[in-house]
This record gives sequence, structure tokens and C-alpha cells, in this order.
Amino acid sequence: MKNTIANMADVVSNDKTQSWFYSDIVREHFFHPKNFLETDAPEVEFNAMGKVGSPACGDELRVWMMVDPATEKIKKFWWRTFGCGSAIASTSIASVIVTENDGMTLENARKLKPQDIMERLGGLPPRKFHCSVLCDKALRDAINDYYRRSDQFDKIVNEAYRLIDPVAKVTDHDIEEAVLEGAQTLEAVQTKTKVGIGNPGILPAVEELIRFYREKYFG
Amino acid sequence: MRQVYLDHAATTPLDPRVKEVMEPYMTDAYGNPSSFHSEGKKAKDAIDAARTSVAGVLGAHADEILFTSGGTESDNLAVLGIARAQGKGHIIASTIEHQAVMESVVHLEKKEGFEVTYVPVDKLGVVNPDDVEKALRPDTVLVTIMMANNEIGTIEPIAEIGNRIQKYRKAAGTKFPLFHTDACQAAGALDLNVEKLHVDLLTFNGSKIYGPKGVGALYVKRGIKLTPLIFGGAQEKGIRPGTENVAGIVGLAKALQIAEVEKASEAARLIPLREKLIKGILETIPKTRLNCHATERLPNNVNISIMDLEGEALLLYLDAQGVYASTGSACTSASLDPSHVILALGMPYEVAHGSIRFTLGRSTTAEDIDYVLEVLPPLVEKLRAMSPVRVDEKYYR
Repeated sequence: MKNTIANMADVVSNDKTQSWFYSDIVREHFFHPKNFLETDAPEVEFNAMGKVGSPACGDELRVWMMVDPATEKIKKFWWRTFGCGSAIASTSIASVIVTENDGMTLENARKLKPQDIMERLGGLPPRKFHCSVLCDKALRDAINDYYRRSDQFDKIVNEAYRLIDPVAKVTDHDIEEAVLEGAQTLEAVQTKTKVGIGNPGILPAVEELIRFYREKYFG
Repeated sequence: MRQVYLDHAATTPLDPRVKEVMEPYMTDAYGNPSSFHSEGKKAKDAIDAARTSVAGVLGAHADEILFTSGGTESDNLAVLGIARAQGKGHIIASTIEHQAVMESVVHLEKKEGFEVTYVPVDKLGVVNPDDVEKALRPDTVLVTIMMANNEIGTIEPIAEIGNRIQKYRKAAGTKFPLFHTDACQAAGALDLNVEKLHVDLLTFNGSKIYGPKGVGALYVKRGIKLTPLIFGGAQEKGIRPGTENVAGIVGLAKALQIAEVEKASEAARLIPLREKLIKGILETIPKTRLNCHATERLPNNVNISIMDLEGEALLLYLDAQGVYASTGSACTSASLDPSHVILALGMPYEVAHGSIRFTLGRSTTAEDIDYVLEVLPPLVEKLRAMSPVRVDEKYYR
């Protein structure tokens, strides 16, 4: 990733004349979001949808896509997001990324990473990394939905990782990454991933995983 | 563009009258109060006068006032200082304390072997004195309940709780538990007389009462033993060593004096403005909820949950319109968890995530409120249009 920690830190606007918490691109997509679904879903034509999060964990995201069956490129991508400024901005820019230049193929779209989205946004405050960039997950959910609806069951890819929190869609891999990024306690991992917030039943399993990864990487 | 600052619970601007009395102590009267010469004496006299002035407002003795670096330090010193002086025991705190108290209490519980009872609040954010009384134990060393909440503005029945604790001590023939209240939000709005409140320790600071930031005070009743947090000198009876912030202390005393004099008139001015804002929001924006008590609240506090959207996003949209509000405590906005205070009211996470706080102040006018009521509804509409969430009414009524 090209971004350094310094330019991703809690940020002033690029022109420095006015201090703001997010980059200018984030600001633009937050104040002028692209492709959000203004009408109710049944009124637009779509052939796939995806969902991640819940309002209980602070972010919920739903996406609807129109995929061209001949080329399997994403022609239209609408979304709705409940969340903070960076959640809205990251979903907005993701909708642009997957539909620009004639549309991204589903195969490529599946490879889209939160880091790719963040890079296009010109960085996000560090505390916003995991929790606000959820659109890649909603996108993969929608891709599977497209294959399901078009009876291409062999193309459905279930995430190789184990889903730990089905509400926040946090996997064991997310927890592993959080620990690698320095989160050593349950609280710190929750700050990064929102795992178990509003879903406390899974916390013992999360704590066990944190201990496992901590011992694996930090002895 | 109109600028409307509605975050006075986070901090207030410095009153020019306060600035004026502080200025000499930043330039001409620069002496160290502990020095044995005329310059030092000048500074010491200023601190003594400030101490006497603060004590006057609190109905306390001058030697019962300790100056600190602010509300957080005073809260820490009260909670940790009392607990550590005893070494072990039981502590009672409410579930809606400010982080400065809450995290001190949690630290004592997790790391220093203290037992803690967290007394709940009702749906309006009020602590029931019966709950506090029931939680009292022979080994309870400290009860700490805030005087008014920083997020939802609820006023707690401190005098009644203090009265019950005094009776308990009398019946048991002990000096414990001691009773501390965090009055940072209450100062300038409520009566801080420590006799009437029946408190043994009371925290307040400068930054919420149009005084300087980085200075606060702790009232400690005579005869109470506190273990210091920092070491290194005899200042503030050795409990809070370090060269005094002379200008800050002078400013704090002046700010408290002004706040005390203007308390009643300012409340009479703010309450109608507060009601205008509450009524305006609840009537023009559907799916909104006033968090906390309709009347037993600070004159300047409005805390409302707006369903189907997330508070921080709304905050940034308001900011772009020149309206400066908050999603809760400034001390928690760096964390992503929803407000522990709104959750303590029994509200679900969805409602807590949509809470927004407007706190009025001396500069607030009726035109400011009109402006907020004009810009807020379309912003809410825009964010709701982007949101997939539709919170059911049964969750917030």
C-alpha cells in the first residue's frame, strides 16, 4: 500500500486551510454520494443483492447490482448504508470502482480489498479501517447471490475463513489481522472489527482466538 | 455562513472578564508561589484569594479546596485517592459516570482488588437513592455519583443520596463510606453548596464554566485522607504537588464567581431556548426520541436520538452547515462504541448510535435555534434516504 501512516493519520484536508477529519475525496463522496438507492429496491432492476452488518454494530450496508449475464460485468450498483462518514464514503467510491470503465467483471470484483477502496479514498483515519470498509464484504455477498440466482452454483465461493460473528460478518481472518496490527485485547480487537458488539454471546470464542493469534505471532 | 456552537458541555469559550484577571499572572506576576520573596508572595496571595473565593461558593473552608489540572484529574484523585488510602474495600458508582470516574473505578476493580457495585439508572437516567442505600456495605469506602450527566443532562438526587449515606454512617458509627460527586456539568447551573449536598468530595473544572482549560478543583472535606497520584513537592498540602498554575487558578475562581452570580438568570434564559429546540425537533422530524428527563435536566442540554441514521454522519453534515454539536461525550468520540449512557437507559444499540447532543450556552440565541431547526430536517432526510435501516417504533418508545 502506498499510503504511509502519516498521511492516513486523523487527517486534515489536503489544502490545509480548513482542518477536516477526512481526505477531500472522502469528503466529496460523503457529501455527494454516488449511486445510492433513492427509490425502494423493487423499483430498480437488479439481479443480485448483498448485505453486511447490522445497526446494532453501528454499520449496516445493503447493495443491489445489475450484472450483464453475457459478460458478467457489473453494469449498475446501488447501495444503502447506515454508518459514519467513512462508511458512506467508502461504499460510494466502491460503487464507482465496480461500475467504471464498462464495469468490473465479477471475477475481478471478488478480489477487491478494503485496502484498494481506502487507497482510492486517499486514506482513512486508522480507527476507521476495518469497521467502515464493509462494502467489499457486501459485494462478495452480492456476487454469490448473482451466481445463486443464475444457477451457477459451482461459482459460489464461500469465504475460506470461519465466520465468527454472523451479524458483523467478522471472520477468524479479520481477528488475525487485527491482532497482527497490534490489537492485543478484546477491547482493542473490538475497536478494529466490531466483533461481538451487540452480539456478546460469541465473546468467549473471540477471546480464545485472540489468545491463539497472540501466542502464534508474539509468543 | 452562520456559525452555531452547540457543544458547551464539551467546553466553553473563555469569558473575557476571566481572561482579564488571568493576564497579569501570565506576564508581570510570574513568581513561583513557593518562593520566599515578593514576587512569590504575589503569586501565593493570588492563589489564596482564589481558594477563599471558590470555598465561598461551595460553602466550604478554604483549606478544603485543592487545585488540579482539570475535571479528569480531580475525579481520578477523588476515586483513586480515597480507595488507595484504604487499600481495599467496596465502591459504589452509577452506570452513567463520566469516563474519568468510570475508568478509575474499573481500574480499581480489575487491577487493585476492589469490589464495585454499579447502581443502574431508570429510563430517564435517574439514580434511585434506594438502590444506593441497598448497595451500602460495611466495607464500602466510597460512593461516587455524578451531579448532572454530561451526555443526557439528567440531574441526580445528590442531596438525597448524601443524606442517606450520612444516616448510614451515623447508625453504623463509622466514617465510611465517603461520598464524591462529579459536578463538572452542574457548575454554573446548580447549587454547589457542599453542606446542602451532603458530599465529602466534589469535582469541578474551568473549561465548562467559561474559565480556562487545564485547571480544576477538588473539594475534600477536612479530615479525609487521600493518597496522591503524583509526587514531588509540598504544594496543595502535598496531595497535588507541582508548581501551581497560577493564572489558571485565578481564572477558575473568577469563572466560578461569575457562573454563580449569573446562574439563575442564565437558566431562565436557556430553558425556553432548550424547549424550543426540543419541541422543534420532535415535532418536525419523525422517529425522534428525547433521551432523558423532560424537566429534571440541565438548562442547556438537549439529547435526542434520531432513528435510522448514525450520529457521526449527521454531525459531519451539521458541521458543514456551521452547526457544531456532538454525538455524546467528546471523551468517547474516539471510540466506536455507542454511548454507555444511552445504553444504560435501556435503549438498544440502534437508538444509541443515532443519539446527538446539542448543549446551549451564553452565546446561544433564539435565531441560532431557528437556524438549527431549519438546516437539520433536510440533512436527516438525506441520511435516511441513504440508510437501509428502519428502526421499529417499539424499540424506542
